[in-house]
Parts: sequence; C-alpha cells; structure tokens
Amino acid sequence: MPSSRLLSLLLASLMGCCATLSYADEVSVAVAANFTGPMEKIAPAFEKATGHKALVAYGTVGKFYAQIKNGAPFEVLVSADDETPIRLEKDGLAEAPSRFTYAIGKLVLWSAKPGLVDDRGEVLKRGGFQRLAIANPKVAVYGAAAVEAMKKLGVDAALESRLVYGENITQTYQFAATGNADLGFVALSQIYKNGQYAPGSYWLVPPTLYPQIRQDAVLLWRGKANVAATAFLAYLKSDAAKQVISAYGYEF
Amino acid sequence: MLLNHGDLQAIWLTVRLASIVTLILLLVGTPIAWWLARSKAWWKGPVGAVVALPLVLPPSVLGFYLLLAMGPNGPVGQITQTLGIGLLPFTFWGLVLASVFYSLPFMVQPLQNAFEAMGERPLEVAATLRASPLDAFFTVAVPLALPGFLTAAILTFAHTVGEFGVVLMIGGNIPGETRVASVQIYDHVEAMEYMQAHRLSAVMLVFSFLVLLALYAWRPSPKKGA
Repeated sequence: MPSSRLLSLLLASLMGCCATLSYADEVSVAVAANFTGPMEKIAPAFEKATGHKALVAYGTVGKFYAQIKNGAPFEVLVSADDETPIRLEKDGLAEAPSRFTYAIGKLVLWSAKPGLVDDRGEVLKRGGFQRLAIANPKVAVYGAAAVEAMKKLGVDAALESRLVYGENITQTYQFAATGNADLGFVALSQIYKNGQYAPGSYWLVPPTLYPQIRQDAVLLWRGKANVAATAFLAYLKSDAAKQVISAYGYEF
Repeated sequence: MLLNHGDLQAIWLTVRLASIVTLILLLVGTPIAWWLARSKAWWKGPVGAVVALPLVLPPSVLGFYLLLAMGPNGPVGQITQTLGIGLLPFTFWGLVLASVFYSLPFMVQPLQNAFEAMGERPLEVAATLRASPLDAFFTVAVPLALPGFLTAAILTFAHTVGEFGVVLMIGGNIPGETRVASVQIYDHVEAMEYMQAHRLSAVMLVFSFLVLLALYAWRPSPKKGA
C-alpha cells in the first residue's frame, strides 16, 4: 500500500513536471509560401500580444497535406487555397467550424526589369522576353490562376514553350528576381509592401481573369485542445493582423 | 498502365542526363583524380577539398549559387551570353553542368583511391620499359584501375539519377527538358496523386537496389598485398 502511494505520488509529480514542459503555449503552424511576408510580421506580434509562441513552417500546401495525413504535428494550417482545408475536414483531420478566409490573394505579372511589363499586360502578346515563370499549376493556386489568366487573354498556346515552373510561388519569385526568368506571375504580397512596389515593372492582373484565390485557415485536430492554437486563429482575424495582411496587398 | 507518359518521359530524361554526366565526368574526373593521387603540390589539399564540397553542401546551397552564377548577372551567365548560347538555367545543358559539379566527388574519389592503391611501382616498371607516360597510363594504369573506374561510373550515374535539390532550384520543371524523375515524384506527391507517386517511387527503389547490388556483386575482393 505505501509503495503504491509512493508510486502514484511519483507519477503525479512526474506528470506535473511534464505539464510545465509541454507545448501548452506553443502552436505549430503550417503556412502557405505566398503568405511568408505577412506571417513574419504576424507571428511575433501574436507572441507579443498573447504570450503564446508560434512555431511557423513555410511550404507548399500539397506537401503540408501529405505531412498532416501522415502525422505531422501541425496544429493550424494557413493555406493558399480553400480546397485543401476542406479536404482535411473530410479526412477528419481538421475542425470544420474553425475554417475561415483570412485573405483573398492577388495575382500580379512582375519583372525585375523596369519597363518590361506595361500596365495592361500587353507584354504577354507583344513578346520580347525569353522565359516566363509561373508556379506549377498542378499544385499551386497562383500557378493555376496564371494559366487561367493566360487562357482568357488567348496567349496560353503561344507562351507555352517559354514557361518555367517554380515549385511554389516563392521559387517562382526567385526565378524572376534573379533575372533567370524575364518575368513571372507572382503573388502581389511578394512585391508589395506598405504601399510600395518592389523595383521593376508590374501588371496587377484584373480579378476577372482568374478564379478568386480564397485563402483559408483551419484548426487541425492536433490543435483542438491547445489554447495557443485557438488564440492564433483568433489573432489572424484581429484588426492588427488584418492591417498587416492588407499592407501586403491582400483583400478580404 | 503502370507509368503514365509524363513518368516515362521523366525516366528517359533522367537516364539521358545521368549517362551524359557520367561520360563527361569520366573525361574530366580522371585527370583530376590522377593528379590528386600523384601530386605532391601544396594545393593538392585545397583542390581535394573543393572536389569533396558537394558531399557536404546541401543541394539547396549548390542550386542557389548555381542559379546566381548562371543567371544574367552571374559570371557563368555573362560567359554563356557572350558566347551566344543564352542562359543555362531551365535548360537540359544547364542541368548537365550543375550535375557535373554535383556528382564530381563520386567520380573523383573512387578513381583517386584506385590510382593511389596501385602505387608507383607499375608505372616505374613501365618507364624502364620505355613506355611514355601517356602510354603507361593507358596500358598499365587504366587496366589496373578498372574496378575503380567501374565503381566511379556506377556511383556517378546513380547519384545523378538521385539528384533532386539542385534540379529543383535551377531546372524550372519543364516536361521533357528538365523535369527529371525525382521532381516528377515530388510533383505527384504535391498534387496528392499518391498512387502515381508510389509507382514511380517503386521503380526508383528497385532501380537503386539493382545498381547497388551490381556494384557490390561485381566489386572484386579488396586489393591483395598493398
């Protein structure tokens, strides 16, 4: 009897010690590559405002989906689309009621060279460039949007042989930023900060030319009991976060 | 159908890339290995270290610097533009050049070991029989180092087949041009086409196993004597 009481005491103290070491105020967040810029501002602000810590991983949503399905310890997904969160809900891996659109993405045609891209996108018809970078349309919403826009403009067939595909929108930007591709379809958030466009030339693709890029965030089942995860999603809806998000050119 | 058209195209491209890279490295790597095995120059150390760099560097570092170097403002890009071949990223030959860097140690190191294991003696004997250095190299050194050549060629080929990070950085994922098998698998996974990813991955797995099996089965027992 005394020994079992000792054992339970030991166990209890062990559990107590583990609880203080646990991830109670940490939330692990998977973030779509196009949202890297704003998230780098939002995560520290969230930490400052709530005292919780956000561990952020950036990448492509397809990769996150595979990882989450196979047990990756992410608690929140900040997606580049609305399909992947819905798919995760159907798989029973995400909490449906928590899903919301945190931003509507904007597609932009951008070149690091000044004067190459005109403000009507005529450069796509006119030519005068070698390589056009887009995100792989099979896996990235911004890539799919770019293909749709080119189709609507009737230039998709003519440009096909000049396309190079970035693995995600970050790499697509990299191809264009290093000048290896003369221009590229990127996310507005990558070249727009606080009312300022990055050097070069750009054309804001009219939203009528591509399907709306609804970017949803969702609570994953692993984050269900984590107060930091719920707090993080709440913070993403806050005015402070919205200010950052719109400063990068996203809409709501 | 086990594999779709895109998969077969990616495999063919991969085999073509690996074969060309292996041939180029046989030509480029052999003199480097020979020099490293024979030289007593002080810069032998630095050269050996440079050759071994791809073993240590993450492919992302290599790919990133190659992208900058081969870009319009990079030194390689300036040269290729002056020569009128344009820019190398997003082309098959750009991949070849990158893979030559990437697979260099897999060619040089086994060859260097083979040349070193051979020792000075056979060449000295050949010299006393009035064989010219070149003659001695082809009639004495190469046959003696043949197992080393075989190992080096197989490792180079296999390593180039397995390349992923570098081609992802500089390839641009163009079907039939730069989309190799490893990237095709990554795309399948990203697109949540897990069945297709499984099939192509299984092909790669079996291939890799067979290559290594061949390597271990053919490799003769370690040098006697020494």
